[in-house]
Amino acid sequence: MSDPKITAKRSDHRLPERFVPRIDYDLCRVCKRCINECSYQALEFKGSKVVSAGGCVACGRCIAVCPANCIEIRPVPPQFAPHGNWSERSRRSILAQASSGGVLLSSCGADDPHPAIFDDLLLDAAQVTNPSIDPLREPVETVTYLGRRPGKLEVCDGKVIIREDDTPLIRMDMPLMFGHISLGSISYNAQKALFMAAKELNIVAGSGEGGLHPDFYQYADRICSEVASGRFGIKPEYLKGVAAVEIKIGQGAKPGHGGHLPGEKVTTMISETRMIPRGTDALSPYPHHDIYSIEDLAQLISVLKESTEYRLPVGVKIAAVHNVGAIASGLVRAGADFLTVDGFKGGTGAAPRVIRDHAGLPVEVAIAAVDRRLTQEGLRNRVTVCAGGGIRSSADMIKALALGADVVMVSTAAMIAMGCRVCQQCHRGLCSWGIATQRDDLTDRLDPEVAATRIVRLFQAWNEELKEVLGAMGIDAVESLVGNRDRLRYRGPNPKIAEVMNVKHIGEGWG
Amino acid sequence: MKPVCKPKGHTYECDCGKECMTVSDGKAVIDLERSDVRPMHYTTLNCVMRKAMRLGCSRIELRGVMGQRYLASTASAPGLYIAVHGTPGNDLGAFLNGPTIEVFGNAQDMTGNTMNSGRIVVHGNAWDVTGLAARGGSILVKGDTGYRVGIHMKEFGDTRPTLVVGGTAKDYLGEYMAGGTIMVLGMDNGRSPVGRNVGAGMHGGRIFVRGEVSPEQLGPGASIVPVSETDIEEMTRLLDDFQRSFQIPVPRDFGEFVKIAPSSSRPFSGYYDKTNV
Repeated sequence: MSDPKITAKRSDHRLPERFVPRIDYDLCRVCKRCINECSYQALEFKGSKVVSAGGCVACGRCIAVCPANCIEIRPVPPQFAPHGNWSERSRRSILAQASSGGVLLSSCGADDPHPAIFDDLLLDAAQVTNPSIDPLREPVETVTYLGRRPGKLEVCDGKVIIREDDTPLIRMDMPLMFGHISLGSISYNAQKALFMAAKELNIVAGSGEGGLHPDFYQYADRICSEVASGRFGIKPEYLKGVAAVEIKIGQGAKPGHGGHLPGEKVTTMISETRMIPRGTDALSPYPHHDIYSIEDLAQLISVLKESTEYRLPVGVKIAAVHNVGAIASGLVRAGADFLTVDGFKGGTGAAPRVIRDHAGLPVEVAIAAVDRRLTQEGLRNRVTVCAGGGIRSSADMIKALALGADVVMVSTAAMIAMGCRVCQQCHRGLCSWGIATQRDDLTDRLDPEVAATRIVRLFQAWNEELKEVLGAMGIDAVESLVGNRDRLRYRGPNPKIAEVMNVKHIGEGWG
Repeated sequence: MKPVCKPKGHTYECDCGKECMTVSDGKAVIDLERSDVRPMHYTTLNCVMRKAMRLGCSRIELRGVMGQRYLASTASAPGLYIAVHGTPGNDLGAFLNGPTIEVFGNAQDMTGNTMNSGRIVVHGNAWDVTGLAARGGSILVKGDTGYRVGIHMKEFGDTRPTLVVGGTAKDYLGEYMAGGTIMVLGMDNGRSPVGRNVGAGMHGGRIFVRGEVSPEQLGPGASIVPVSETDIEEMTRLLDDFQRSFQIPVPRDFGEFVKIAPSSSRPFSGYYDKTNV
């Protein structure tokens, strides 16, 4: 970045605080634990009191550790003259960039208050003509398989013939997988917790593009390794010894953008797993330099299949963009065994705000577009469609399945289960919860076993809720929900969205 | 063309290679010139090669290769030598992990894609994206190479990938380079043997070019820097290897070499604004 030719004497405009921790001094025992735990140094000891030092990000660590329960974090009321068009954020952004000249960076998912289309969808339930099922007494199947389907079954003497050249399917106990979060964007303990939970839940977790730490090969049968544009950490066992391999083309939080792990996060451990020099920026280029067309993608898929001797499914992940249906069709034709569509509310460890908040397609619409296009072209029954990016609850998961996804991909929800408060500071590497950081004193705060247990409990609960809803709909297997848009109704403000998603409006009956 | 063979697991016995492979003394010869097996699909050929590797062959000789892709991808047998007669297809030696591949002819695109270790010697030209994201091992090309060669090569610890090109390289040589060494010897070429945008976005590694490189040919992030004593030691080693491999004289006047190195190992420091807006 070159400095402007006109250089005035530097005059930084200090921005008002966004959050301020308030301490109830009647209750405070001055144990200073909050000061020690605050990795953003937003609290200090002055005189005889703990006071705010500025820079609070509302990560909530101080509240969680305060033995006297005497801290609350207050959002600072508007400090700018009210204006209907020039929001506080727009003015803060301008002031910040006028001082720095930099590209605004943020993390987690897009945080502008775009309404979620999920919230405009209502589920159907069975009444009289199709009786509902009690999932506590009757089996409701949630097992899901990841990979390419043969398209048709061959039956001989009453037995299903498994053809030798079929790529095996990966069995998962629920239609949910953990997204790709690399070691580097999150800590060793956080990634370990995800892998432990995936193993316990019998689902699949993504490795992210950061290689796989030697300690984590014990979970390899539940790991989907990622081949992205940086090609970090790829070695034969990273391809052959895992459950599945996924080529990452794009990420919902930053469609079309690469990845930059800043040099300060490239510690000795990260440099060893990624196999790159310590302290240098780890750049994942924007495109794969061997992929400029669907035909080129087909080559990378083929070489990965050759390398793994056709023993595991090879998938492709793309960010949900406006032409997602046609692209998905190309992915299937290129040989992808499963494809993942990542919506624009998906999370990230670091992304330019302008892309995170403004580029991409809501996952709800993307799922429906992909499902429709693949169905029209007779390809839908051949592949597994995974979708993620903004799945916040079991209800979102159920609606995503009904819109046409076989599997949902979640990451942020799993991290919230571990302790994440979505304060959107992952890119600073100071995560006070020990998740999105590489600082030893911070990562030590996260006990992987405790975190894994919490993740397992959360998704077991989601799976029970899925069964409850399936039962209420009178459906006894989750596969019968996939793409079953007749069990959804739209109640939002824009019927065009319902039309695009091929979902009926509320009030419209069956048939 | 024979049906595509996609073997599942080592226990599965297919008849790939029955007609064309002969094995004796740990040496396999796969003859694709026989009219009854040609043209052979790449899946079949790769299956035959994997069989030879499973038999523990230390040498595999391929004859009559006609553009079959993905040969020897992820091959890991230590000490294995693979001779390729004919023209291998794209992605030769992708994810290669130890063996040596010698091509008596031209190679196509993406030779040595994401290679880990090993050696690929091409007695002809190798085209676009040769050595993409290589992390170790060496690639020697006697002739010319195409566009985007040596992109995103990287190094770690003692493993440093090297790529030596006897002839020329086109645009975007060493783009995004994060480590490793590229040498372009420009033999039989009077002027600059490299194209434009050399080292665009590079943040590690080094490129040595014999001949002229004007600053206009450099991509953003790359600079021309003086050649050091250790560079000359490394170049001497690479040139010795090149000479030995191809049995041809190599130019050794180090004054003719230009060194291109990254301007910074942290190209994005200061680029972003982390203010909590």
